[in-house]
Amino acid sequence: MLHGMTAIYTREILLLRRRLPKQIPSWSVSPLLYLIAFGYAMGREVMVDGQPYMTFLIPGLVAMSSMTQAFAIASEINVARFYWHIFEEFQAAPISNLSYVLGEVMAGVTRAILSVLVILLLGALFGVTLSLNPYFWLAVILNAFVFASLAVALAMLVKSHADQSMLTSFIITPMAFLGGTFFPIAKLPIWAQKILYFLPLTHAATAIRSAALNLRVEWMSYGILLIIGMVFFYIAVFCVEKAKD
Amino acid sequence: MIKIDKLTKNYATLEALKAVSLHIPKGELFAYLGPNGAGKTTTIRMLTGLTRPTSGTAFLNSYDIRKDVLSAKQQYGLVPQAVNLDQELTVSENLKIHGRLYRMTRKNIQNRMSDILSYVELSDYTDALVRTLSGGMKRRLMIARALMHEPAILFLDEPTVGLDANIRRKVWALIKKIQQSGTTIFLTTHYIEEAEFLAHRVAFLAKGSIVTMDTPRNLIDRQGKWAIDRISGDTLDTLYFASRKEAENFNANGDVQYTLRRVNLEDAFIAMTGKKTEPAAEFTSAPPSHHGSHKGHSAHGSHGGHGSQSVHGRHKTH
Repeated sequence: MLHGMTAIYTREILLLRRRLPKQIPSWSVSPLLYLIAFGYAMGREVMVDGQPYMTFLIPGLVAMSSMTQAFAIASEINVARFYWHIFEEFQAAPISNLSYVLGEVMAGVTRAILSVLVILLLGALFGVTLSLNPYFWLAVILNAFVFASLAVALAMLVKSHADQSMLTSFIITPMAFLGGTFFPIAKLPIWAQKILYFLPLTHAATAIRSAALNLRVEWMSYGILLIIGMVFFYIAVFCVEKAKD
Repeated sequence: MIKIDKLTKNYATLEALKAVSLHIPKGELFAYLGPNGAGKTTTIRMLTGLTRPTSGTAFLNSYDIRKDVLSAKQQYGLVPQAVNLDQELTVSENLKIHGRLYRMTRKNIQNRMSDILSYVELSDYTDALVRTLSGGMKRRLMIARALMHEPAILFLDEPTVGLDANIRRKVWALIKKIQQSGTTIFLTTHYIEEAEFLAHRVAFLAKGSIVTMDTPRNLIDRQGKWAIDRISGDTLDTLYFASRKEAENFNANGDVQYTLRRVNLEDAFIAMTGKKTEPAAEFTSAPPSHHGSHKGHSAHGSHGGHGSQSVHGRHKTH
C-alpha cells in the first residue's frame, strides 16, 4: 500500500515545490488583507472574548487557511483528471484506492501546514505570537484531514472544472465566513449557533484558537473533527472506485 | 498472454462492447481496428481497469482482471490515446513516479530509467520539462513510461494519432522493436497502414463486435489481389480482381476515371465492416508517405495507396 501512497504524495509535492515561489505569495494575499482590514484598521481597539481582536482573528485565519489549502487539492486532482488525464495513470497502476486517497490527503495536509506557517509569519509581523503547542498542530492536521478528504471525494464526483468551482462557492466560502473565523459564534442567535455547530470549521476554529491561546483543550471539537474526517475519508475511497465509469 | 472471455460493456442506452472473446498468445502484436465508436478504447479501458465491465472478464498472464485486480495491473503497461504525462514535471520525474507506482526500488528505477530513455532515444532530455518536448517525443516518453516496469503486455491505444508521417514511422519502428523483445502488444488504431505494417493478426471491430480476425495477408487475400477505384460523379467505388491481367481487361463502362492498384487491408476492412459508403471522416487512412499517391480520392471512402497506379483515360463511354 505504501508504494502507491508515496508515489501519489511525491508527485503532488514535486508539483508544489515547483510552484512554491508563486504559491507562497498567493497564500499570503487573502490573510494579509483580512489582517489589515479586520484586524489592524477596524479592530485595533476591539476586544473579543477578553483578547485583542487581532489575537482572536489569527487562529481563525489559521483554521480558514488550512481548510482552503487542504481543499485546494481538489483543484489539483481535477486538473490531473480532466486536463492532463494523469488520473488514468493512477487508475491503471497496481495501487489500491485507499493508497491513492491517502497520498492525496497527505498532500492536502502538507499544503495546509505550509499555508499555516505563512499565516503564523504574518501574525508575527503584526505582533501576535501564538502558542504553537502539540494541540495546536493536532487541530490544524485534523482540520486539514477533514477538508482534504472532502476534496478528494468531491473531486471524484464532479464532471468538470465548473462543477468544482461551484462546490467551492457553495461549501467552502460560506464556511470560511460562518465557521468562527472572524467572530465568536456565541454572539449569534441560538438557532444559528445550532446550525453552525454542524460545520467542521466551527470545531476547527474552536480547537485551534483554544490551543493557540493556551485555553482549555476542546476535546469534543477534536473528536468531532476526527469522526467527520474519517467519514469523508471513507466516502473518498468509495468515490475513487465510483470514478471508474 | 491475453485471454478475453465474453467481455461486455453496456452504457444506459448503448451496447459499447458485445461479448467479445479473444486469445492473444505471448509475443504477438495484435491490432484492433475499427472506426470511431466501434469499442476499441472501451476494450482497452476495461482490460486496464479504467472502466468496469458489465459482464465477462479477461485474463492477463492468467490473472483475472476482475478478481486479481492488482496482480493483473502489474502485468501490463498502458499508452493511452491522450497524452497523459505530467507536463510540469521533468522526463525523469515522470518515470520515477511511474516506477514507484509499480513497486520498483530506487536503484531499479535509476538503472531502468537510463536504459529505457536510451531505448526511446530520449537520453538527452532526462531533465527537460515534459511541456517543452515535441509531440513525437511525448509519445515516445509515454511508451518509455509504460515499459519502465518491464511489463509482459503493452496496451497501445492509438499510439500515433495526431503525429506526422515521419514521426509515426519512428514510433512504428519502436513498437516493432518492443514486440521483437518478446512483449505481447495489444494495439488499437484506425490507421489501416499501421495495423498492416505492424500486426501479426488483426481484428476488425464494428458496433461493439468483432467482425473478423486473421493475419493482414489472409484478410487482404480474401478480397483479391488487384483493385480498381472508379469515380463516377461524387461516388467512388472499388472492384476487386484475382489478377492484374483481369483488372486491366476490365471494361470500365461509363466511368470518367479509374485507378488500378494492389488490394490492401483497408479494402478488406471496408468489405467486412460495410463501411464502403460511409463518409471519409468516419474512417481515417494515414497519408501514404512511402507508397506513392494515387488519384481518385473522393468524399466517399478513402483508400491507401499500396501499389496504386493511375490509368486515367482508359475509360469507355456508352
